[in-house]
Amino acid sequence: MEDNLLLQAIERYLDGTMLPAEKAYFEELRKNTPEIDQMVVEHSMFLHQMDLYSDQRNLKHQLHEVHTKLIERGDINEGGELNTRGRVIQLYNKYKRVTAIAASVGGVIALVISGLTVYFTPANNNQLQELRREVEVVKRNQQSQSAKLNEVDSKLPKDAILTGGGSGFLIDAKGYIITNAHVLKGSSFANVINDNHDEFKAKIIYRDEARDLAILKIEDEDYKPSKSLPYGFRKTDIDLGEEVFTLGYPRNDITYNKGDLSAKTGYNGDSTRWQLEMNANPGNSGGPVLDKNGEVIGVLSTREKHAEGVAFAIKSKNIFKMIEEIKDTDSSLEKIKLVSRSSIKGKDRADQIKEMEDCVFLVQAFNKK
Amino acid sequence: MKAELNEQALLKGLANNDSKAIEALYKDNFNMVQSFILNNNGSYDDARDIFQEAMIALYEKAKSESFVLTSKINTYVYSICRRLWLKRLQQIGRYSNQIDSLEETVSVEEDLEIHEKRNAEFAIMDRALNSLGEPCKSLLEGYYVKKMDMQHLAKEFGYTNADNAKNQKYKCLIRLKKLFFAQYNIGE
Repeated sequence: MEDNLLLQAIERYLDGTMLPAEKAYFEELRKNTPEIDQMVVEHSMFLHQMDLYSDQRNLKHQLHEVHTKLIERGDINEGGELNTRGRVIQLYNKYKRVTAIAASVGGVIALVISGLTVYFTPANNNQLQELRREVEVVKRNQQSQSAKLNEVDSKLPKDAILTGGGSGFLIDAKGYIITNAHVLKGSSFANVINDNHDEFKAKIIYRDEARDLAILKIEDEDYKPSKSLPYGFRKTDIDLGEEVFTLGYPRNDITYNKGDLSAKTGYNGDSTRWQLEMNANPGNSGGPVLDKNGEVIGVLSTREKHAEGVAFAIKSKNIFKMIEEIKDTDSSLEKIKLVSRSSIKGKDRADQIKEMEDCVFLVQAFNKK
Repeated sequence: MKAELNEQALLKGLANNDSKAIEALYKDNFNMVQSFILNNNGSYDDARDIFQEAMIALYEKAKSESFVLTSKINTYVYSICRRLWLKRLQQIGRYSNQIDSLEETVSVEEDLEIHEKRNAEFAIMDRALNSLGEPCKSLLEGYYVKKMDMQHLAKEFGYTNADNAKNQKYKCLIRLKKLFFAQYNIGE
């Protein structure tokens, strides 16, 4: 019973619930009686342990409640029974990283293989190569030109993107230029540049994708139309072995190429084209093909990819046909007149070229951003 | 900075047994620990045990006066769980070196030592309490753990008045102390 009372006193003392007088008396007792002092220390230690114990128990209880609550709310989950589904989920969790890596490696390999397959498979269309200039080439050239020519900036809208390029030539001295439709692929307007690096704005007035021909009209006040064209357009048939030549812009400077007519049909018996024995390069597309008299027999357009020195030109007949057709639909084009007489007939090649140089243009196709 | 303040606030809340803070901490960290345990041969129950133990360790740390937060909470919790789980695996002889650890960890050895000491003390008190027998056990639990007042306890246990209950409580307490210190001093 005494122990009991003593303990009670100690607890009250430690709680701080003793009255001041009582407390003073107890402290005095503590000082004088080492046993009681020891008991106080011991009990304080015990109470501390008890506190920690109850804290931990309460926290455990709280954690348990939170766990149940979060599971009910779906914030965390324990995925059903452990022995069946859980096992699978565990396995999945365990190997998902490996699986993900394997799957991505597989995916990459599949992509690479299909990419290579596509790249190396000879598609039928690829047998013919259009001779338009690739954008990068044209762009580079354009840059070098702009160094020479301050006018470049002023003639182009700021937001123009170069889409491609090739050659073209006048079919009417009033400023009508013919070129290949593929040169203008994906573009909305064009610029033409002659061999003196004079640049003119041009409007695309007609495209004939089927014939792969297009007509541009120079609309630039700097352009001074000449009275007539030096060359004519040949309507009559041409014989195998006849010598032909072309002018074009595979580079930034006008380039001359010569060759022979090697077949009266194009690739796979295409009767709308001539086959030429001639070295043509990207950029030659849209250039004129002329016979020795300086008469246009066609428009250079494609070359065979897997044969050296074989090029194809769209027969001039197609130009006549196309113009007839568009005259019906657009009366403003009635002004276009193709002359058949060539004024450079009988001259030697260098003179012929000199006279017609100004009529062959570098065509640059643009699109708005 | 804001996140850091937030973490500080959470830890403060945890130290004060604020259930909102505990819930937030639980929610933010449990899934990470669960997937770690599941990925390393553990079960859902293991995950819960380990995580809750880590929370207790965090609680002890948050309560201690010398407490400083040296890392982000999730790094700390993850590190504790990793250590605890490794230990558990070692104990059941399924220890493998290939325990997954891509997350960063911080050294928690010291904290765990303190925590283990605490756990041992807890176990001693628990055992002492449980060997008391009724009604002593419930009476003391009611007073010290559930923090009920004597009036209430007297009513609950059917004592005629609070003084009698108090007397009984002290008797029980003396027994408990004996049991506790018998174990505790051996442990020292």
